[in-house]
Amino acid sequence: MAKLSLVHLSAYFGRVKTLKDINLDIPEYNVTAVIGPSGCGKTTLVRCLNRMHEVVRDARVEGEVLLDGENIYAPGVDPVQIRRRVGMVFQKPTPFPTMSIEENVIAGLKLNGSVRNSAQRAEIVERCLRLAALWDEVKDNLGKPGTSLSGGQQQRLCIARALAVEPEVLLMDEPCSSLDPASTARIEELVLELKSQYTIVIVTHNMQQAARASDYTAFLLNGVLIEFGETKQIFTNPKRQETEDYITGRFG
Amino acid sequence: MELKPLEREPALRDPSQPLAGTVRHRALAHRWPRLKVGVPLSEFVFDGITGAAALTVVVLLLAVTTVVIIEAWPAVGRFGLRFLTSTDWDPANEQFGALPFIYGTVVSSLLALAVAAPFGIGVALCLSEMAPFWLSDILGFLVELLAAIPSVVYGLWGIFVLGPWLRDYVEPWLGRYLGFLPLFRGPRVAVSLLSASAILAVMVVPYVSAVCRDVFSAVPASLREAAYALGATRWEMVRMAVLPHSVSGIVGALILGLGRALGETIAVAMVIGNRPAISASLFMPSTTLASAIANEFTEATSDLYVSALIELGMVLILISLLVNVTARLLIYNLTRRRFSS
Repeated sequence: MAKLSLVHLSAYFGRVKTLKDINLDIPEYNVTAVIGPSGCGKTTLVRCLNRMHEVVRDARVEGEVLLDGENIYAPGVDPVQIRRRVGMVFQKPTPFPTMSIEENVIAGLKLNGSVRNSAQRAEIVERCLRLAALWDEVKDNLGKPGTSLSGGQQQRLCIARALAVEPEVLLMDEPCSSLDPASTARIEELVLELKSQYTIVIVTHNMQQAARASDYTAFLLNGVLIEFGETKQIFTNPKRQETEDYITGRFG
Repeated sequence: MELKPLEREPALRDPSQPLAGTVRHRALAHRWPRLKVGVPLSEFVFDGITGAAALTVVVLLLAVTTVVIIEAWPAVGRFGLRFLTSTDWDPANEQFGALPFIYGTVVSSLLALAVAAPFGIGVALCLSEMAPFWLSDILGFLVELLAAIPSVVYGLWGIFVLGPWLRDYVEPWLGRYLGFLPLFRGPRVAVSLLSASAILAVMVVPYVSAVCRDVFSAVPASLREAAYALGATRWEMVRMAVLPHSVSGIVGALILGLGRALGETIAVAMVIGNRPAISASLFMPSTTLASAIANEFTEATSDLYVSALIELGMVLILISLLVNVTARLLIYNLTRRRFSS
């Protein structure tokens, strides 16, 4: 079943049309990878899914994105509510520099005031850090600043922070691009573990990563969705010549 | 296929020979240890020009303070520390005490900052976070224009508009509701410490907001987006990402505003009433260090009078210095607390 459906979705930065009429169904409880060469609109695509695209100056969207059948761009829809249901992890780890590890994890929950007492707080922090496979490394230093961690740890902290608000969908925008291979492997394992509970969309320019970690793959080129299908099919038997050229490394 | 050998070896520079246009004089290199033989001449020229410019700042600062101290010395020798504690300012009898001026300067500036700080930060937040981009551009430009209005024009406006308005509308209100405090008692005059504080507040707001706006826009977009992505509203995003990142910058903006208020001369001279006495009420005329110097310099006939006025200037420099050092320490403490532990 499609958790998210993109219907004739186009995205603009000023007059530049970055995404051109995308139609795509993202299946629930699966990992969908978005691949394509730099500048093809991968990041813009996922940013349209939680209304982060419009945060940028002069950026706008045409078309619809249906979350459980409801258009998130319908008038009267509060983007804040959408973002609580559709969490996001960015390319660069972005822990809040003034907050400790614990405060970073709890930051999103504090917003909707759902943390009542310290016991509950500790429970949530531990659960999310365990989910993000970071607990064992930081459990004795929860009071340390989030920025004191290594890059890979910071990214897992950001994943824990995104999971703490219990989203239904998790968007990951090249989450491993600034990480070393060991941290990358950990995050890929994590993605595979999380997909039983979350619908995950992961942007990557690393084709091995898409092949390893995803169930479905969407290939974008110059803002156009060239091909979408099961990852196995895309990588072994692509239907379009452009897809084949890209995954065999002929360009990009 | 057989590989062809390269037709010729690429010409390599002989490392023992200096590059063209380098400092060849060992003597020069020796005198200026950072420069070694082999460093291009342009580096040497660049270092020289920037170094000289930096040195000029130091020389100017030393020159100005030295002259002020020398010129103030007769008054310093005559009155000593009493100059700072005495409220007696009587040029006819050559008695000079700076306390009313210090009081007027500090109180008017702090009051102005207390009013201007929330306004300035609010304006900056509105410009950088709330307003749509096109409106923010226009408003930002207007704020900068506000900072560019000459202070004498502010002074005129203070005399004819702000002062009477405060006297007729604000002071009665303050007297009615806060009259139990000595600050808000007494006769109501258009030229007063309150008028000066108000005009200073108006002048300081654009400074605070312009600097704060830059500080807020320097907050990395990634942090804002991280907050938004967690489902933060705009105000929550500001509290989570913008303000914590901007604390030291805001303190810097406030200190800059305070410095501006402390040194403001002509607008204050026009609305404060220039009465060298300390009164409990903000409704009474007062005076400041800077406005007194401007007002009285032309009528200072005796050498001691001139020297006393210059000593007022010296006190003003010291106060500004104190403010700046305090600000540095404050910022240092704020940032250290954040990044240690």
